[in-house]
Amino acid sequence: MMLDAPRAPVHEADADRRADAQARTRLEIIDGDVHPALRSMADLKPFLSPQWREHLEIYGSRRRSGFSYEPYPKSAPKACRRDAWPEEGGPPGSSLDLIRTQYLDAYGIEVAILGPLGASGNSELNMEFSAALVSATNDWQREFFAKPEPRLKASIVVPSEHAEASVQEIERCANDPAFAQVFMLTRTGEPAGNRRYWPIYAAAERHGLPVGFHVFGSGGHPYTGTGWPSYYVEEGAGHSTSCQTVVTSLVIEGVFERFPRLKVVIIEGGFGWLPALTWRLDKLYERMRSEVPHLKRRPSEYIREHIWLTSQPMEEPENRRHLFDTIEWIGWDRLLFASDYPHWDFDDPFRAFPAGIPRERHQQILSANARAVYRLA
Amino acid sequence: MSDSFRGAIDCDVHPRVPTPGMLAPYMNDYWRETVELRGIDTWEAISYPVNAPLTMRPDWRARKADADAASLAKATLDHFDLSHAICNCLFAVQGFRDENLAAAFASAANDWLAAEWLGKDARLRGSALLPIQSPPRAADEIERLAGDHRFVQVLMLAMGEQPLGKSLYWPIYAAAERHGFAVGIHAGSSYHHALTGSGWPTYYIEDYAAQSAGFHTQLGSLISEGVFVKYPKLKVVLIESGVTWLPPYMWRLSKFWRGVRNEVPWIDREPHEFLRDNVRLTIQPFDGPATGAQIGRVLDQLQSDDMLLFASDFPHWQFDGDDALPPGISASLRRKILIDNPLATYPRLGRPA
Repeated sequence: MMLDAPRAPVHEADADRRADAQARTRLEIIDGDVHPALRSMADLKPFLSPQWREHLEIYGSRRRSGFSYEPYPKSAPKACRRDAWPEEGGPPGSSLDLIRTQYLDAYGIEVAILGPLGASGNSELNMEFSAALVSATNDWQREFFAKPEPRLKASIVVPSEHAEASVQEIERCANDPAFAQVFMLTRTGEPAGNRRYWPIYAAAERHGLPVGFHVFGSGGHPYTGTGWPSYYVEEGAGHSTSCQTVVTSLVIEGVFERFPRLKVVIIEGGFGWLPALTWRLDKLYERMRSEVPHLKRRPSEYIREHIWLTSQPMEEPENRRHLFDTIEWIGWDRLLFASDYPHWDFDDPFRAFPAGIPRERHQQILSANARAVYRLA
Repeated sequence: MSDSFRGAIDCDVHPRVPTPGMLAPYMNDYWRETVELRGIDTWEAISYPVNAPLTMRPDWRARKADADAASLAKATLDHFDLSHAICNCLFAVQGFRDENLAAAFASAANDWLAAEWLGKDARLRGSALLPIQSPPRAADEIERLAGDHRFVQVLMLAMGEQPLGKSLYWPIYAAAERHGFAVGIHAGSSYHHALTGSGWPTYYIEDYAAQSAGFHTQLGSLISEGVFVKYPKLKVVLIESGVTWLPPYMWRLSKFWRGVRNEVPWIDREPHEFLRDNVRLTIQPFDGPATGAQIGRVLDQLQSDDMLLFASDFPHWQFDGDDALPPGISASLRRKILIDNPLATYPRLGRPA
């Protein structure tokens, strides 16, 4: 635990911001990516069986990257804002009170979708333990956050390398309106369109839940096709490549032919990379349709219909026209605002988008698009 | 029509990939015997399946236009009235796990290229294959060829053992910079790792699509590790990368650098500022929108007229007829892409062969 990490300031500043937010004609905000955190692993224990509690105690979390945490040290403790550490102890994201005062209330957030990272059960080497841990993570999200705070919606984390257990977990949680999506990570053991994951997509489609792919995870491979980069800056910038793998594989494997009502949200990978990828895939499809007879339409059509992306971390070209062109090519209806609170590269809903964005477009991204994707009832 | 390409330099043409047997005559006795005794009669990576549509444009396939120097010259140099074309041999030397085999095949392939192609048409130039499995031996190969000015570039792949910015590769950049070779990074993989950070994709379409992700990684690595700080005169040419992925990736890299630059304190400027001095892109394939007006908006994202190099990617099927450049390019930019930028990128091109 980071005992000497900076504490959250008193919240007069947030009160000002709250007033400021209300003073403008209010924009409704739905946030596609807020990260809850465990105060400690003890928070999960009530949701684990005695057997798995003991396993966790003795063997800990053993992930497909060879480490219990991330293989790239972050640039700030827990990769978090230095003003987001709760007074009462525990890491950023672990205090519901602080999430409320510092973020939900201060910005007037209507709904925020939780994205549990860390020891959530994803990327565990032991599949049975993975399944137990994600179940505990899902119960913890519901009991600690979504139940006491209706503005927070939980995600159904699945042990994605174990499709059968993933389906069981979706079935266990899907009827509870506390859950808004199925949650996977971008770096899977096989590219995301591989048939081993199809039962997960079938279950998500059956329940009308989108599948969110959040960056990170360890599928058991070097993080790039050319081995391990040295630096966190490379890993961070490179998340857009694992997002491209997800989109490419889902489209080319024909997942959207097979599951025509499936909705996919790419989370925390930015979005600037999508137009170039789409043009590339269309051209390759035109050349080599014979390889993929299961596809009935051009890749761009599947992408336009099935893929959404959260906005953070926003690409920041020097010329804002380049950003607007990019969104134009993707579609203004495909972007979902996300703040990534409480992480260091937090995007402020009022300041992240460059000046000159038309108000109705801004509103679309801040909330209207999300209503079409998530189950928010 | 071909007038409009007059004097251009084609920065990416591919001689037909040689078989090990074709390279054996350029080896010493030990390696020639090894090739025979061990039965090394094929060594084909899956990067360009021979009969895949992308691998060869139909009219060029019908004419076997990549079979020898004369056929290639007819289809490219003569047809477009080019001044030079740079031959990038895609023999998969990078795929060997044994650095001795790699070194033997790299030298043989380079000597084969010099004899069978560069020696047959004075307009042809070449890129040198390197046994990248051993960077010191790769540097030795650069030294060996430095006196032959027909070699203007050294060639590596978008995906190999480790990201190319790592300091173990720096002997290659030192030698390349010393002798004025550009460092070409071409689409393709050594297949020493799964093609993506999420494992092996199923389809060839995905393999080719994933190459652009390899370029993201290599550029991020070269910049972050400080290669361009250490070797400021180095020119890195991203060959067959797709082009349009680059600006959005640089927006990301620069943004992350602003946030976490304490990790790489030797990077003393915004990452995108290295591009204009050190990074070039060949223009085929060009992953772009359909219309010239939109392509103009994509090209504007590069914020530089100096970065694009003309390339047909012959015989790969990237365009039909004479549409070797995407629409929407102004006459002045066209002139730079065809002639000025290649000359500025390849200093050895201006020297007598």
